[in-house]
Amino acid sequence: MINVPSTVKISLRALRVNKMRSALTMLGIIIGVAAVITMLAVGRGASNKISEQIATVGSNLIIVLPGSTMASGIRLGSGASQNLTRADAEAIKNECSAVSTTAPILNGSAQIVYGNQNWATTVFGTDEGMLEVREWPLSSGRNFYEQEIRSGAKVCILGRTVVDNLFGNDDPLHKAIRIKKVPFVVIGVLESKGQSMMGQDQDDIIYVPVSTAQRNLFGRWFPGTVRSIMVKAESTEALERAEKQIKELLRQRHRIGPGQEDDFTVRNLTQMMQMAEQASNVMALLLAAIASVSLLVGGIGIMNIMLVSVTERTREIGIRMAVGAKSWDIRLQFIIEAVILSLIGGLIGVLLGILAAEFLSFFAGWTILISTYSVVLSFGFSGLVGIFFGFYPAYKASLMNPIDALRHE
Amino acid sequence: MALIETDQLEKKYEVGDSIVHALDNVSLQISAGEFVAVMGPSGSGKSTFMNVIGCLDVPTAGRYLLDGIDVGRMGRNALAEIRNQKIGFVFQGFNLLSRTTALENVEVPLLYSASTPKDHKNKGREALKLLGLEERQHHHPNQLSGGQQQRVAIARALVNDAPLILADEPTGNLDTKTSMEIMELFVRLNEEKKITIVLVTHEPDISTFSKRIIRFLDGKIVNDEDNKR
Repeated sequence: MINVPSTVKISLRALRVNKMRSALTMLGIIIGVAAVITMLAVGRGASNKISEQIATVGSNLIIVLPGSTMASGIRLGSGASQNLTRADAEAIKNECSAVSTTAPILNGSAQIVYGNQNWATTVFGTDEGMLEVREWPLSSGRNFYEQEIRSGAKVCILGRTVVDNLFGNDDPLHKAIRIKKVPFVVIGVLESKGQSMMGQDQDDIIYVPVSTAQRNLFGRWFPGTVRSIMVKAESTEALERAEKQIKELLRQRHRIGPGQEDDFTVRNLTQMMQMAEQASNVMALLLAAIASVSLLVGGIGIMNIMLVSVTERTREIGIRMAVGAKSWDIRLQFIIEAVILSLIGGLIGVLLGILAAEFLSFFAGWTILISTYSVVLSFGFSGLVGIFFGFYPAYKASLMNPIDALRHE
Repeated sequence: MALIETDQLEKKYEVGDSIVHALDNVSLQISAGEFVAVMGPSGSGKSTFMNVIGCLDVPTAGRYLLDGIDVGRMGRNALAEIRNQKIGFVFQGFNLLSRTTALENVEVPLLYSASTPKDHKNKGREALKLLGLEERQHHHPNQLSGGQQQRVAIARALVNDAPLILADEPTGNLDTKTSMEIMELFVRLNEEKKITIVLVTHEPDISTFSKRIIRFLDGKIVNDEDNKR
């Protein structure tokens, strides 16, 4: 019969006798586990940050831009032609089944004045679909009415940065501001989104009805044309389908014959960012894999010390066998010793790893994410390392001949 | 019924090209309650005999019955169990676990038997008390004298209530006075607790404590007679 509690007691005593050696052996596992935890925390933090940024731009986004134009043999860049219209946006919303909503964009920079304050910002002419497309809630006020878009009402919705710079602590709702000397009434204030992936301040923005923007602010554009159209697909799975439907619809609407090039560009924003997220996930796994190599090296350290320990304690093994220890008792004793070493090392490593990750986040400002999964994984792995690398020395000990072992000096 | 019964026991070793007969046709019986001294010069086979009797080694040929059980062809783990239950060992070099207290040393055989940890302390203390060492139970071997260490070893041999004690030169590392004390202890255990004792020695003074003396030479029994104390 195997008596596990007393075997654990024997193992603990043996480890306590060689404190320094046990501590140094553990160090290998401690460093290994701590490295895995820290690397996973940093890697997951990075990919989590990217996911968050995807969420601030709005999920499942597609952007439609006009194509390039050729004028007298000179090719202008993408987005130069004025062939996308509000009607295109409406058509995409109504006719593409994979699309949930759209928002036209006609933007430009403008100087804004309120009282004795002024500020330069980007003004976006759009419609009531914009807030849904960008998943952007209002902190106060209301969205545009459809009728305001149609009639070209002089109303606007402000981003947080604009509010802070113009109004300070005043309530901006129902106040009049002047954009390019045209008075607008503030009907809503957006919640703060913070920086974009490129480091731009997303809150430095004003939304006005697209018709008003065309008529009163950016008059050089043909009536009805827009700079771009933002499209929100039904779901992540529907993104590719939506892209295809938009292309087909626009080719038809713009009367582009087969074989002719598109006069517009469709870009899948979300897909690009998801690729970035995937890349950073792969990076995180790679870091963890490199870190786990050090865990493996720690395991080899355990095996090394256990082999020394078995040789050193040959006489003890002989005595135990003489008084009735079976092969399995001896094997279990040494495996338990190895596992205790690696589990204690693992525990300290987990704590140290969390500490190191917090340190990085505090002093270097890195985003970290310590998941239960990574803690359980690396702790469990350290236990497995103990069993794996403890087995051979334990097996060697259990095969000893008691007579020779007793005679060993 | 004899506690130990061997029938034409043989043990051969191959050393290079030649074969050494460490045990050659050894047949004997030792009854329960006997006190036997095994004597002989070095290389006479007495140590091999003790190893086989103690279930640490298996014979090449012949039969060995311990307490009616044929142990000659048993596997490692079965032999370990027999050693645990039936035999207590006392060695010349004491063979105590260093850095382990006297009490814990005595408890070692109990770790490998079916008893519960609660019994361990009680049984261990009892055995130490029997040998007058209860005051020293928390001392480590290096804090004890040779005689005391050997008494701890005897307590360890007694703790599982084994019917047989095998002692291999138990006084070899002790001075004369302490040797006499240890031998008197064996006599007492033999007479009061009816424990069978088989003892290897090459000192005639020590063998006089036994009731029967078996002499080995070249792997054979050359003399087997009762001893009058």
